[in-house]
Amino acid sequence: MDYAHSDTAVHVPATARRGGGQPTAAKILIAGGFGVGKTTMVGSISEIRPLRTEEMLTDRSTGVDDTTGVADKTSTTVAMDFGRITMGEGLILYLFGTPGQERFWFMWDELALGAVGAVVLADVRRLADSFAAIDYFEDRGTPFMVAVNCFDGAERKDPADVRIALDLDPDVPLVMCDVRSRDSAKEVLIAMVEHVLARTTAAVGARR
Amino acid sequence: MSDDRWLDEDAGPIFRPYTVTRGRTRLRDDSLNLISLLEATGLPVPRRTRLDPEHRRVLAFCAEPITFADLSSEIDLPVGVVRVLVDDLREENLLRVLQATPTGDVPDELVLRKLLHGLRAL
Repeated sequence: MDYAHSDTAVHVPATARRGGGQPTAAKILIAGGFGVGKTTMVGSISEIRPLRTEEMLTDRSTGVDDTTGVADKTSTTVAMDFGRITMGEGLILYLFGTPGQERFWFMWDELALGAVGAVVLADVRRLADSFAAIDYFEDRGTPFMVAVNCFDGAERKDPADVRIALDLDPDVPLVMCDVRSRDSAKEVLIAMVEHVLARTTAAVGARR
Repeated sequence: MSDDRWLDEDAGPIFRPYTVTRGRTRLRDDSLNLISLLEATGLPVPRRTRLDPEHRRVLAFCAEPITFADLSSEIDLPVGVVRVLVDDLREENLLRVLQATPTGDVPDELVLRKLLHGLRAL
């Protein structure tokens, strides 16, 4: 079984476990329409790892999938990448891009369960593509923010106008970003965690 | 809706990966999250238990704590299949879930603060 130790990078760092510290894994979802830059964002800030999934064929998905066309396919495995950022103190942050197509909706429930929150990436030229994700997280009560990915040459919009176009609640953060940039992607994630932290401390304060 | 929809003879090649699990897709415990941390218990394999090579690979990777997502990525089998393998091993007490990941709730304030600190330090 020695080969399992040949790649310790996938394991929780030993330093994290010294002193009985409990390792922790957290996840943030990256959502948004097709081609909006989800994979680009995950790639610019984290180590990308491949995942094979075919859960749509198990009973978990019964009643959700439209099976039209599926029966003809010889391979039904769906590839899905995720990102991994190893931090100090035994903490690993995972970034999961939510699959865009409607037939993968059922996967969102598992992905959203226990997530820190979600970043909805938006493209000002196709804002309507973000509606499905925004509706989903609003309905579910998952903390989320909107990050407008400003591609080269893309029309610059006033954030206030975007907010109105997306009909966002005032407390949902909206930032402009360029997800090809590591620093920009990092700022988005920081804004995400700050937002959730503010919500958490506000909720704790209200209970006191 | 019934499972029959999936289990008729037309399903054919769809279930090929599940030959690893001897066709089993049902789980005893399906609470496993992609970020659940797994670790081998180190207990001896019960004599009556027959482990497949895939079970042994999962166990080997879990010699040190590893998340279900990373395990599935390393094993390179579909997540649904690895889920069943993990379930088998948990049933035999060969594998345990180290950290019951927050199910439903956002991680606690301490984790969020660590996360913020970690992100700023990137």
